[in-house]
Amino acid sequence: MQNVYLDYAATTPTDPEVLEVMTPYFTELFGNPSSIYSFASKSRAAIEKARGQVAAALNALPEEIFFTSSGTEADNWALKGTVEKLRSKGNHVVTTQIEHHAILHTGEYLEKVEGGKVTYLPVDEEGRVRLEDLKAAVTDKTILVSVMFANNEIGTIQPIKEIGAFCREKGILFHTDAVQAAAQVDIDVKALSIDMMSLSAHKMYGPKGTGVFYLRKGLKLENFVHGGGQEKGKRASTENIAGIVGMGFAIEKMKARLPQDKPRISALRDRLIDGILNTVPHTKLNGARGQERLPNNTNFSFIGIEGETLLLDLDAKGISGSTGSACSSGSLDPSHVLMAIGLTHEQAHGSLRLTLGRGTTDEHIDYVLSVLPEIVAKRRKMSPVWEEYVKKFGEK
Amino acid sequence: MNYSEKVMEHFSNPRNVGEIDNPDGLGEAGNPKCGDIMKIYLKVKDNVIEDVKFKTFGCASAIASSSMATELIKGKTVDEAWELTNTAVAEALDGLPPIKMHCSVLAEEAIHKALNDYRKKQGLDVIPIKEFDHEHESCAV
Repeated sequence: MQNVYLDYAATTPTDPEVLEVMTPYFTELFGNPSSIYSFASKSRAAIEKARGQVAAALNALPEEIFFTSSGTEADNWALKGTVEKLRSKGNHVVTTQIEHHAILHTGEYLEKVEGGKVTYLPVDEEGRVRLEDLKAAVTDKTILVSVMFANNEIGTIQPIKEIGAFCREKGILFHTDAVQAAAQVDIDVKALSIDMMSLSAHKMYGPKGTGVFYLRKGLKLENFVHGGGQEKGKRASTENIAGIVGMGFAIEKMKARLPQDKPRISALRDRLIDGILNTVPHTKLNGARGQERLPNNTNFSFIGIEGETLLLDLDAKGISGSTGSACSSGSLDPSHVLMAIGLTHEQAHGSLRLTLGRGTTDEHIDYVLSVLPEIVAKRRKMSPVWEEYVKKFGEK
Repeated sequence: MNYSEKVMEHFSNPRNVGEIDNPDGLGEAGNPKCGDIMKIYLKVKDNVIEDVKFKTFGCASAIASSSMATELIKGKTVDEAWELTNTAVAEALDGLPPIKMHCSVLAEEAIHKALNDYRKKQGLDVIPIKEFDHEHESCAV
């Protein structure tokens, strides 16, 4: 049986070359960067090199890059750090209904504990935020706008440049969660007027446990982790040197590969999308097509089927995918993203996300296309929802 | 999700899938919001469940619960079938994850509704059933 991994949006394998540059920092170069002796200066230098690599990839300055434990931590820092620092100016944050839970749950926390007020913007049927909705939502109390660069479930890329320009003009800070996008598309923080941004190493063939928080020079946020003087005292705790080194190398390599990877993976994506839509009737592609979709993302709703059954049937054939649907995540609510783009409960429960990556080949796509139609047909045959649907709309 | 081998076996090869034309009893439970709908068809002869079929939209445990529940009532008298509890269905599947116990409750409810439909057609009184509250908060019960 083939093993076909199609869940690169969940996580990527650490690139062997990345692992290689990391390894010495676990063993011989283990010195604490805060120590004085010359041996420890190698750890310090390694961190600063990685900071430079990350900065170069984003058109940022090294002093604008802070290392964290995850993208989630960077999201928490952006929201909490802003609301705590700018209390005297206002308490209003504008974000969207389709953010990752790292933003949504932090927003809930801000409202409950910090006296914040959060507006969650709706999106259009392809999952895009409308600039006019943002313009209508901001008030003189708005201190922060946080809109993800691209959605993790349906891959829709947001109008970041327009949002950034609007916020800059209004003097409102703009944060973007680019955890999914940063490994797929070029990001220039200056050209896009981004003030804060979150990244994660394990989505770009780096190690788990390392993230990046970009904070534009001159901006002041409340410090996030209190303790020693690491990361200019803003984010204390002994640095995860190997992870940081891995992050730096991973983003540099990712950026260098992007001109080849992006068209190759986009083409595979489109072949998978067209193949599924052509062979499985009554299937909906969730999200946008073409340039406004992440090169590696596909997301479908199969009328009449619950997503978890598809995942298990695909798993039995060696294919690893995911779903925004209830059952897989352990909560029984359908995906908040799919509900926000206007899907019915049945459609939202019947979703499948297949995300591609460096290891994806034409053969993998062929294999999925050879097994999926049969699986869908088998499960539809036992579905009362499908039965109702066919009565109304016919089989083809 | 950690499912028992038995759940996976009934999910992969479900028993009694399908419909019965002009069923003697038909019951439906669940709703799309919670992500599962179960339909049970009965054929009854001389008070015995001669045949039973199901159709289910839902996760693996919903399909396995339907499959197991129909197996457990096939060949039983209607009174015996009424006694089938959701716990018995879950136990026969070597357990369900706590968040999925709801699926076995659906099976019990769909069978009770099908049996009541049968009673109604026979001119018998309908037995009040504890209808599962499918409102949002209860999806996970």
